[in-house]
Amino acid sequence: MNLAHTSLRQLAAALRAKTLSSRELAQSYLDRIARMDPQLNSFITLDAPRTLAAADAADVRIAQGDTGPLTGIPIAHKDIFCANGWLTTCGSKMLSNFVAPYDAHVIEQFHAAGSPLLGKTNMDEFAMGSSNETSYFGPVKNPWDLAAVPGGSSGGSAAAVAARLTPAATGTDTGGSIRQPASLCGISGIKPTYGRVSRYGMIAYASSLDQGGVLAPSAEDLALVLNTMVGFDARDSTCLERPAEDFTAGLDKPLAGLRIGLPREYFSDGVSADVANAIEAALKEYERLGATRVDISLPNTKLSVPVYYVLAPAEASSNLSRFDGVRYGYRAKDYGDLTDLYERSRAEGFGPEVKRRILTGTYVLSKGYYDAYYLQAQRVRRLILDDFQQAFTRCDVIMGPSSPTVAFNIGEKTSDPIQMYLSDIFTISVNLAGLPGLSIPVGFGAQQRPVGLQLIGDYFSEAHLLNIAHQYQQATDWHAQSPALAKA
Amino acid sequence: MEWETVIGLETHTQLRTLSKIFSGASTAFGAQPNAQASAVDIALPGVLPVMNRAAVEHAIRFGLAVGATVAARSIFARKNYFYPDLPKGYQISQYEIPVVLGGAVRVTLEGVERSIQLTRAHLEEDAGKSLHEDFHGLSGIDLNRAGTPLLEIVTEPDMRSAAEAVAYARALHRLVMWIGICDGNMQEGSFRCDANVSVRPRGQKEYGTRCEIKNLNSFRFMEKAIEFEVRRQIALIEEGGTVVQETRLYDADRDETRPMRSKEDAQDYRYFPDPDLLPLVIDAQWVERVRAALPELPDAMAQRFQSVLGLSAYDAGVITASRPLAQYFEALLQNPKLGSRASGSDPEALYLDPKLCANWLCGELSAALHRENLEVEHSRITPGQLSGLLVRIQDGTISGKTAKEVFEALWQEGGEADAIIEAKGLRQISDDGALEKIVDQLIAENAVQVAEYRSGKDKVFGFFVGRAMKASGGRANPIQLNDILKKKLAP
Repeated sequence: MNLAHTSLRQLAAALRAKTLSSRELAQSYLDRIARMDPQLNSFITLDAPRTLAAADAADVRIAQGDTGPLTGIPIAHKDIFCANGWLTTCGSKMLSNFVAPYDAHVIEQFHAAGSPLLGKTNMDEFAMGSSNETSYFGPVKNPWDLAAVPGGSSGGSAAAVAARLTPAATGTDTGGSIRQPASLCGISGIKPTYGRVSRYGMIAYASSLDQGGVLAPSAEDLALVLNTMVGFDARDSTCLERPAEDFTAGLDKPLAGLRIGLPREYFSDGVSADVANAIEAALKEYERLGATRVDISLPNTKLSVPVYYVLAPAEASSNLSRFDGVRYGYRAKDYGDLTDLYERSRAEGFGPEVKRRILTGTYVLSKGYYDAYYLQAQRVRRLILDDFQQAFTRCDVIMGPSSPTVAFNIGEKTSDPIQMYLSDIFTISVNLAGLPGLSIPVGFGAQQRPVGLQLIGDYFSEAHLLNIAHQYQQATDWHAQSPALAKA
Repeated sequence: MEWETVIGLETHTQLRTLSKIFSGASTAFGAQPNAQASAVDIALPGVLPVMNRAAVEHAIRFGLAVGATVAARSIFARKNYFYPDLPKGYQISQYEIPVVLGGAVRVTLEGVERSIQLTRAHLEEDAGKSLHEDFHGLSGIDLNRAGTPLLEIVTEPDMRSAAEAVAYARALHRLVMWIGICDGNMQEGSFRCDANVSVRPRGQKEYGTRCEIKNLNSFRFMEKAIEFEVRRQIALIEEGGTVVQETRLYDADRDETRPMRSKEDAQDYRYFPDPDLLPLVIDAQWVERVRAALPELPDAMAQRFQSVLGLSAYDAGVITASRPLAQYFEALLQNPKLGSRASGSDPEALYLDPKLCANWLCGELSAALHRENLEVEHSRITPGQLSGLLVRIQDGTISGKTAKEVFEALWQEGGEADAIIEAKGLRQISDDGALEKIVDQLIAENAVQVAEYRSGKDKVFGFFVGRAMKASGGRANPIQLNDILKKKLAP
């Protein structure tokens, strides 16, 4: 059995059958990481003794017959989730010394399921970035092409999954931070409806947009992990109490009669030809599976980027105020008075992209500018949400490219933030509306870099989105392909 | 020129809840520094606030008590600024849409009743404390208080004198304690007032430039600080200067206010709705449940004591100064051995005279409590014990004077009034036969005085009363004695 290329369902079966132990599985991944990650830089923190101890505990549970779908299966977590006793950096120098004293709800859920924590994955600093180049711990490389970015901000999770350094990984998505790196790394990734996954213990970037989710090779894997990840948590006031749902239950439903909405704004000049071709081929496949196309319009799409870059920085400027060098985290070595302590600690602790967003956010909330920027952006956010509600009267799912281009080169866009921001143009509006979105690999574009198809559903339609993605993956094998590096 | 003072008050009342407004940590005062600071209170990365239902309920209770509108939907906002005792770098407060809108507090000043209008009351969290002593040049941060629920109560610029501001503050202080939302402890900072003070020539419509005075941690200081500030502003203007809008701190030791920060230093707090908290929605049923549980309010109770029980406005005011005192008074009236006028519908029933109860409560009991520095709820004499004593005054068993002796015995040794009266032989002599015997003997022994009285010297009557009382050991029922003396001395 090639463990690294085995689905979660098969791994769980092997663990239950005791032909495989959790320790063996964890060790095999730790070995792969030790061998391959120096090239990729997808992990910030590894703690093999701790991971193996958790694997041993899982083996005890399995021996006692106390087994769930993820028991014994190690999973990597984005370094944005606080995990008790683990360094939790959020990709920043500011938290480069911060060992979390508590578990995020998401981490609790995986502990309870008996899934060992494999390691903490690299990410853009405070989840601000689309290429994983803003991380204090260095850029992550795309396993398909080491010259390319993996996308961001969950770039470490995406690269680790693509290189099969972990069976699955958690991520967070504020403007596309799961779907875009999943797309650029040729894997599957889901951002659930806002409120599905507790934000407790997930370090906040933009609270009204942040949502935890999963990256994995296939939709079926996503469904299994999502089953463990979601759940009501009273410690997050924006977490929704919903009846328990098995996201794997409906995977096999046929797609006959499915109406796919194609927003004309998602098929514009801004999309590169290689991406457009792969998307078109995927849509043809869906038609073979019984789906039909519906032309729709999401007229306010072009406003989503400016709206996002008002609202997200506004919230971030406030959320990041707690990093002041007083109680934890980075503190400047030499400082005079209190103001100097603040200024130096923050000037030295934050990277340029984080500073840019704090400044932008502070500006748009300032007296005299609040109405013109923040309030106006909130109004437009409402229009964007209404666009989607209108669209869902005519279709069951919306499809389009996850990203307008395939992965760009490391360093290609770092000097032009606007170009960088535009790489999230198709994913951002989903966060603004709070909808669930999913990206699946549908082929390759220029330089044999992966192309991702985005599926957008109505609120709480995760099960349906996973079903639509799974049916495609039953008929195709893009999701099963892995980079040459992963086969080494 | 004649000047008019204009004052508005902002009062931070710490709400009496077991846990903090957005975390489960205890709010108890006096713990070791940072022993009551949870992950949420110290603002660890990733933590989130969760609204404390009890704090909301207190806000509703206050809104109903002042006749305000309880907002069906209000919003929490972030007030952003950096300070070491503010761990998140922002305070969660309410800005555009507060939970309580309008309302009024009635105050009585020199016998004149006025209504002070409230602008709003909003929920927010308290900050921690910076400790600058005992750290060898460093500052200590104690976050025990961080996240304690506050209700900030803001008045209109409705008060016209320091005395009136104090009267309002006292009325508010009584009210928030009365309805159980605040312990009122000013030393511990549970009830903190800031005053906005301005002056204007009498008759002018526009307000003058105001200064906000902070650190008014007693009613006495509040009065002195406002008086100082008014004098300062008037003197400044009369000397040709202008008042600058600023925040000033009251220094009690020097009895003066001095500048803390000017308007130019005023920070831009960059308020915006807190995305971690959903709008606070209060449905009508909740408001009605709180209303149903609301106690009778002090003003209404004082009214009732006057109109139903016939108390003077003064007595009614004294008794309703605190809820425990009022409760003691009502318990006193509810002697089960008698009827109760307060609640009783039976006009024939016997009842304790409310005036008698009021006199004893405000007199003997208050003095005894004061002597031992006790609150009425810790009185050594229960309402039941005291009413047992008052009944015996009312039915003539003992005189008021003797009752004080019994009261002392009750206070020192406890027990029941009747048992003490019996044991000490204090029962009033109300037996006509016994009293007649005493009077007969007096007449026989004091022929000269009898003759004087009968010849028209009425003053001599007092001599007989005194002698008869002495002969009875002070136990003669004075009314009966009077009657018998008059009858027997009649010519």
